Amino acid sequence: MRREDDFEERRKHLADLSESELETYFWELAEKIVDPLVNLAYNNTTPSIERSVLLRMGFSSIEAKSIVENAIDRGLIGKGVGNIVYKYSKHKSLGIREAGLKLIDPNSWDEVKPLFNGGVK
Amino acid sequence: MENYRPKRRGWHWREGVGEVRKIGKFDYYETSENLIQSQPLPAAKYFDNIDPQPAPVITTEIASGRFEDDIRRMRMAAWHGADHIMVIRTAGQSHFESLIEGTPQGVGGIPISRKQVRAQRKALDLIEEEVGRPINYHSYVSGVAGPEIAVMFAEEGVNGAHQDPQYNVLYRNINMVRSFVDAAEAKKVMTWADIAQIDGAHNANATAREAWKVMPELMVQHALNSMYSVKIGMKKSNICLSTVPPTAPPAPCMRLDLPYAIALRELFKDYRMRAQMNTKYMESSTREATVTHVLNLLISELTSADIQSTITPDEGRNVPWHIFNIEAVDTAKQAFNGMDGLMKMIKVDRDGEYLSTKVRELKERAVLFMEEILEIGGYFKAVEEGFFVDSGYYPERNGDGIVRKIDGGVGVGTVFERDKEYMAPITAHFGYNNVEQYGKEYVDNPSLLIDGSTFEKPEKIIFIDELDETDNVNVRLEEVKDLINTNLIKPEMEWLGDGVVLLTMFLPTDVRTAEFAALEIGKNLNLKDCEVIHREIMQQAEGTRIELKGRVDFTIDVSKLVIPPKPEEMSEDEIRAFISSNPMKVVAATVGEDEHSVGLREIIDIKHGGIEKYGIECHILGTSVPVEKLVDAAIELNADAILVSTIISHDDIHYKNMKKLNDYAIEKGVRDKLIIVAGGTQVSNEMAVKYGMDAGFGRGTKGSHVATFLVKKRREMQNEN
Repeated sequence: MRREDDFEERRKHLADLSESELETYFWELAEKIVDPLVNLAYNNTTPSIERSVLLRMGFSSIEAKSIVENAIDRGLIGKGVGNIVYKYSKHKSLGIREAGLKLIDPNSWDEVKPLFNGGVK
Repeated sequence: MENYRPKRRGWHWREGVGEVRKIGKFDYYETSENLIQSQPLPAAKYFDNIDPQPAPVITTEIASGRFEDDIRRMRMAAWHGADHIMVIRTAGQSHFESLIEGTPQGVGGIPISRKQVRAQRKALDLIEEEVGRPINYHSYVSGVAGPEIAVMFAEEGVNGAHQDPQYNVLYRNINMVRSFVDAAEAKKVMTWADIAQIDGAHNANATAREAWKVMPELMVQHALNSMYSVKIGMKKSNICLSTVPPTAPPAPCMRLDLPYAIALRELFKDYRMRAQMNTKYMESSTREATVTHVLNLLISELTSADIQSTITPDEGRNVPWHIFNIEAVDTAKQAFNGMDGLMKMIKVDRDGEYLSTKVRELKERAVLFMEEILEIGGYFKAVEEGFFVDSGYYPERNGDGIVRKIDGGVGVGTVFERDKEYMAPITAHFGYNNVEQYGKEYVDNPSLLIDGSTFEKPEKIIFIDELDETDNVNVRLEEVKDLINTNLIKPEMEWLGDGVVLLTMFLPTDVRTAEFAALEIGKNLNLKDCEVIHREIMQQAEGTRIELKGRVDFTIDVSKLVIPPKPEEMSEDEIRAFISSNPMKVVAATVGEDEHSVGLREIIDIKHGGIEKYGIECHILGTSVPVEKLVDAAIELNADAILVSTIISHDDIHYKNMKKLNDYAIEKGVRDKLIIVAGGTQVSNEMAVKYGMDAGFGRGTKGSHVATFLVKKRREMQNEN
């Protein structure tokens, strides 16, 4: 899109604002723009976020990458991969790390799916 | 390495800012605490070797591509006064899903891996003890592995990071939805680790065709990242705007840059300013870049800077070299030292007609920009419509902005909605997290579910050493092992043993001819891989300045060097005190058929720092003075010493004259009472003494060396008597 500089025309409604009113308005606009983005982030996750969760649970980057890929393949990433590892460890009575390492193997995931069939209690 | 834990977490601002500080003979108004060890500016020797540390944190950006060589440069920079070490990331890491591990070599930066970060942090933990000031270590939380990098940085004690989803979207073509979702998690982690955040807005300046026209947009980009960060929970005092004066000479840059700097600082008064230097208009002249950067520093002084970034003046011609990192840090330190207290004497005419009009206009243009973003349906829509990095002065639009699509870019289709039962049992997680399903007691501290995450229990961190057998630091160090802890050295600019040298020359020909002539000169000097990295016309017909880089492939064995002892130099006060109680008189001349009196004047004239300044009475008899006349004059004036200067050296005439002078003084019976000293570019002390002089002084001699000798010799003679 091309447009001539129509600043003088456009600014008319700002002309009477004081300096501090203008600044307050600037920040109101910024807030309006980012609010939906914050909301989007609040309700979604990504492979990187899930890998970062696994790192914090004590897995290496290489382990985290495989586990997250398996979760995506099984359509379970929306449960939270940290959640999957946690739930699987309880189910198998394993430590967190031991459970996670098992989930590097795609075959272990057959046992995971049923754990989430019921949804939230 | 495997078990190393950083000493501390979080960003560090310089201490003692705002106090009047007496340093050496002066009061300073805008400094921070002194270092315990440092490398002062070259001219500091005239001022008791003081090294005043400016108030802002000073950044240096290091990008050698080898972390082991980066570390050596970090130490040099820290000693010169940098306390924010920014390590540039290798090209391409933004698109790498997952962390990189090991120590592979990078291009234009290092691959940011845990091992390299840990090694550099560990080194900086030692370096900060040497200089006596905490050092902020910094890199990038961007790309499609942002959250993981943020976690690794939090674990490894990184103190500052670039984080701005707009950067991913505009310059790395990463899917915009993915970028913003990732950014929220990364920012949350950075908040936990008290990492200072720097945004990416300055890149618009560096990218736009006419950089000064993007000023309204820059403010919008700053605002969006700042507000987004605040909403995630980051404190404003950790949110730093990466702001750069957009223009450079020959444009009237102060007039364009200052209103912008003021508008920005007014709008963002709760946030911190990271003042960057202009890179957009950098050519290969390091001099030109330095002048632009000093003007940028003036903007910082006239407004404010919490972090003063520095740009190496060679960035316009190659990946920055060691010496230019140091130059850039010194440029900032020097300029701030010189401008200390400037604002006590002058005021920015903020409310004068020019500035008030311009500042207001910039703010309004930024407001209008955001109004239109909302009108067309929000941020993503605006990016799709090419709102950003358009070369028009908004609301002017030239239709050349960067366009990205919501369903395009790297990582498209990798954002997943969180289910109702979504949960993450860790610390510093942003967004919906149904921990409650496992018990209310975990809600405030989800990591209790797993008995603590790595943030509480760093012993849970898994350290990976090397993954690539051929591309790692051990292989690289093996290649240069002859140069480590041995007597062998090689010149270097980036890496140990790279052999790179820089030659500056003037060639009396046109620019194109000069370039190829210079390459030939390099070849004749046996330099390898010659490259002309700077050419500047002095006058089209008269000649060209050339800077040529090349590589030497030999080493120097320092144990085999013959290094003459350093000339002794007493302090000015000591010499003065002695002369004051033991007045001295000298006669001086050039002898024989020698008209070269410049050297003699350098040694004697007070104007050149010569021996007159210590109160020594000097009688210059002229040039081409016969040695007999010189001795006779010394007797007549009752002088204590004779200084002769002799430049012409063919047929050893200089030594013959010394012998003649000595013989005649003996003949006259005054040799024992007189100190006789000879000087000249071809004179060596050893040979001069052999021909009867008390001392000889060669190239590089200063008045202070001669005065020191005169005082010592006089003391010796007094003791003998």
